[in-house]
Amino acid sequence: MSGTPVRVTVNGRLHERVVAEPRLLLSDFLRHELGLTGTHVGCEHGVCGCCTIRLDGEAVRSCLLFAVQADGAEIVTIEGLARGEELHPIQAAFRECHGLQCGFCTPGFVMAVDAYLEEVRRPDLTDEEVREAISGNLCRCTGYQNIVEAVKLAAKTMYGEA
Amino acid sequence: MATRVFGKPIRRNEDLRLVRGMGSYLDDVETADPVHVAFLRSPHAHARISSVDVSVARALPGVVGVYLHGDLGEHDIELPLMIPHPCMPYPRTQRLLAKGEVHYVGQTIAMVVAESRYVAEDAVELIDVDYDLLPAVVDLERALEAGAPTTHSDSPGNVGAHLVQVVGDPDEAFARADVVFTERIEIERSAGQSMETRGVLASYDPRTRELSVWDTTQAPLTIKGSLGSLFGIPYNKVRVKQPDMGGGFGTKVMFYPDEILVPWASIQLGRPVKYVEDRIEHFLGSTHERKQVHELELAATKDGEVLALRDRFLHDTGAYIPYGIAIAQVAATQLPGPYRVPSFRVEFTAVYTNTVPVTPYRGCGRPQACLVIERAMDRLADEIGVDRAEIRRRNYICPEEFPYRRGDILFADGLPVTLDSGSYEAQLDTLLDAIGWHGFREEQAAARAEGRRIGIGLANYVEGTGLGPYEGAHVQVEPTTGKVWVATGLVSIGQGLETSLAQIAAEELGVDTEDVLVVTGDTQAMPWGVATFASRAAVVSGNAVAVAAGEVRRKALRFAANMLEAAEDDLVLEGGRVFVKGAPDRFVTLKQVAIASNPLRYAFDADARAATQFAPARRSDGPQLPEGEEPGLESVGYYSPPHATWASGAHAAVVEVDEETGELRYLRYAAVHDCGTMINPMIVEGQVMGGVAQGIGGAFYERMAYDQDGQLRNASFMDFLIPYATEVPPMRLEHLETPSPLNPKGIKGAGEAGCIPVPALTAAAIDDALADLGVRVRSMPLDPCSLKALIDEARAARA
Repeated sequence: MSGTPVRVTVNGRLHERVVAEPRLLLSDFLRHELGLTGTHVGCEHGVCGCCTIRLDGEAVRSCLLFAVQADGAEIVTIEGLARGEELHPIQAAFRECHGLQCGFCTPGFVMAVDAYLEEVRRPDLTDEEVREAISGNLCRCTGYQNIVEAVKLAAKTMYGEA
Repeated sequence: MATRVFGKPIRRNEDLRLVRGMGSYLDDVETADPVHVAFLRSPHAHARISSVDVSVARALPGVVGVYLHGDLGEHDIELPLMIPHPCMPYPRTQRLLAKGEVHYVGQTIAMVVAESRYVAEDAVELIDVDYDLLPAVVDLERALEAGAPTTHSDSPGNVGAHLVQVVGDPDEAFARADVVFTERIEIERSAGQSMETRGVLASYDPRTRELSVWDTTQAPLTIKGSLGSLFGIPYNKVRVKQPDMGGGFGTKVMFYPDEILVPWASIQLGRPVKYVEDRIEHFLGSTHERKQVHELELAATKDGEVLALRDRFLHDTGAYIPYGIAIAQVAATQLPGPYRVPSFRVEFTAVYTNTVPVTPYRGCGRPQACLVIERAMDRLADEIGVDRAEIRRRNYICPEEFPYRRGDILFADGLPVTLDSGSYEAQLDTLLDAIGWHGFREEQAAARAEGRRIGIGLANYVEGTGLGPYEGAHVQVEPTTGKVWVATGLVSIGQGLETSLAQIAAEELGVDTEDVLVVTGDTQAMPWGVATFASRAAVVSGNAVAVAAGEVRRKALRFAANMLEAAEDDLVLEGGRVFVKGAPDRFVTLKQVAIASNPLRYAFDADARAATQFAPARRSDGPQLPEGEEPGLESVGYYSPPHATWASGAHAAVVEVDEETGELRYLRYAAVHDCGTMINPMIVEGQVMGGVAQGIGGAFYERMAYDQDGQLRNASFMDFLIPYATEVPPMRLEHLETPSPLNPKGIKGAGEAGCIPVPALTAAAIDDALADLGVRVRSMPLDPCSLKALIDEARAARA
């Protein structure tokens, strides 16, 4: 079969595929080749942030990459955060604070916040810091305030004094 | 009752899957062997199609079919006129695929079906079309000038609808008024722009002759009925499911060409066919709203009592008018807001233009009406020299005046506008405290001393919500799990119905909200109902759930009384079990009642075996299921409201204007919201805050920028600026609960409210920040350039 071989580790599992056309977007590869439909596509031009994943640790927009560019990469998607039924602290905080309504933008926010919190590693975030941190993701439902609360709560849960 | 869940800020059931990326949105639904659709859309606003050549496209490997209007046979049709009205002289709706002429940029001309969306898009590029350009109609006022070009070549003009409505005697009131003035107010075009675009997946099974459709629609039952009758498929063999929806905002309630073409293609090909819009298609192919130009005259006494309004406005309906006069009529009826206004005359003309068709988007005419009346109230306050809050107080409908009927003017439900209840003055007082109205002048002076311009503005609104005709609910206690299953015919579009409806059932049945499974948007689960629009889901479906769950409760008590051989009056239903008052050990679980309610043939689990130890659920000497009885612990109930129930709110903001750059910043925001009795205050707050953010977009960031040729110049998220978290201020929310007397639960709708007053209060706050320059905002949305232009203009006028 002609095409380009792509070898990626997604949520800890190695996938080896042959991509028939190099123009296949990474977002489409994750969603339709690997069946990981938690990564959403809102604009396909890199503005809304719905398709945010972590690629070698960085929060990136999977709609702005081709699948072939991810060859050799280690990827984490929204499906890789919870442990079975147990929610990741960021996911639990979004639910606790009503930081989502339709939920379409939520995976992108959660992945962006995951990268951000890992970088800052502090429990005491200000509203301004959080708003700046999430200012690459669009939400059309919540008005953001509860997302800000969720991020602060997640930071406390993950990095606060026990 | 011990278990009170109604009215509590309970976490949402749906979140457990959504936060994990385990939702099932339209594009997430996979079927075996699907083909994919892309559309050729008109690049011109108005043109005659002289020839189309699809031969190269058809020959592209991977292409399954390329279809033009002539290929559709008996389905070469126009979309239905969803809401007819006699005031439309030549109602036009869109043909599924263009025939002869195109009327807006984005109109569907050809449908390509291919093995992948990538190939389908390639094939679209290979279709060769020759167009003869025709003049485009874009400007509303020019469209009505004599001799103006027409949006449709075969129509005599551009009037989509024209209606005059009069309440009281406005001319008499104007003749005796002390204060009379005219305001011209404009509001630009915008759109819902949900994060998820629209899409359809259809799968026709030629063996069973069943059509299964997944559709991002707010009205799956409308789609089911329409597809069944169009394709001659039995009603019960068409199943429409709306999976998780990534926002609706009204845009997804419309009927679009793809919603018929995709199922049609699946029937033709015998394969699943999928179409999902990309973002530019959503800008160009899904509907817009908002553009209106009002000329309002206001008549008042010298004390500021409004005697009458006369409003003439133009409403842009785009290239077609599928939703009739709904938006213009809602704007007309909401114009007097929460004020008495004994007399008014409102005349509107809906105008065809060569732009994307217009149908309701969250707010539906109300943000426009609110901007108009609230700008006029501000002006009245300024003219007679009273505080802008005080002028509202002098005109509010008082609590003792409800129900308040506005003459014979009809609301969108076709019934006279009758405001059912409200506490407008209490609402205002709460707002003034929340925003810090009374100490603001000192704050403003202190800021000015530092060279900063800040201003304060407020706006009120009322909103007719919870329209009929009806909704239903099927409530069942499952015999296998003991959990409560609730199905209703409308859909959750992201607003949390899986929780709020669960709370209503949980309250009636004494169970936890998490033990109630709510199914929305599956026409096989509940084949009767209407749709999600007009802030009606919680009101109408909510009360239907209460009706059905109440009946299930009565059945549960009756059956349990038989099983426990006790009197019904002695029983308590609580914590998932029915027990004898004072003897909690003498109980039967709800699950056991559900099992016993279905005459058993064998016991399938421990609970079923336990259920057999009790007396039968029904007393009968004859058949186990006596005449008139049905198996199961379940009921179907319906609720039909007498007319719309009127929610209300008052919002205020403090803004800072940079007079050198025209930049605007919201410093703080307060909202008081009254949607009657709240089912879940957390969800209501979320609805209001989200609405406010959308309103902020509509006040300062978002607009559909059409040029004079009818090209949409900003059809992407790079250029259509939805606010990020950095543009939306922290909000302080206060709730009032003035129950609706119209329904047993006292509920009013909350979905659209948040966005309504934002342009109005923003305009007021900008005025206030620039009061010494004499700036008066008369159009929305603004942006830094247009605000700077207003400032420069005012400065020049002063110089």
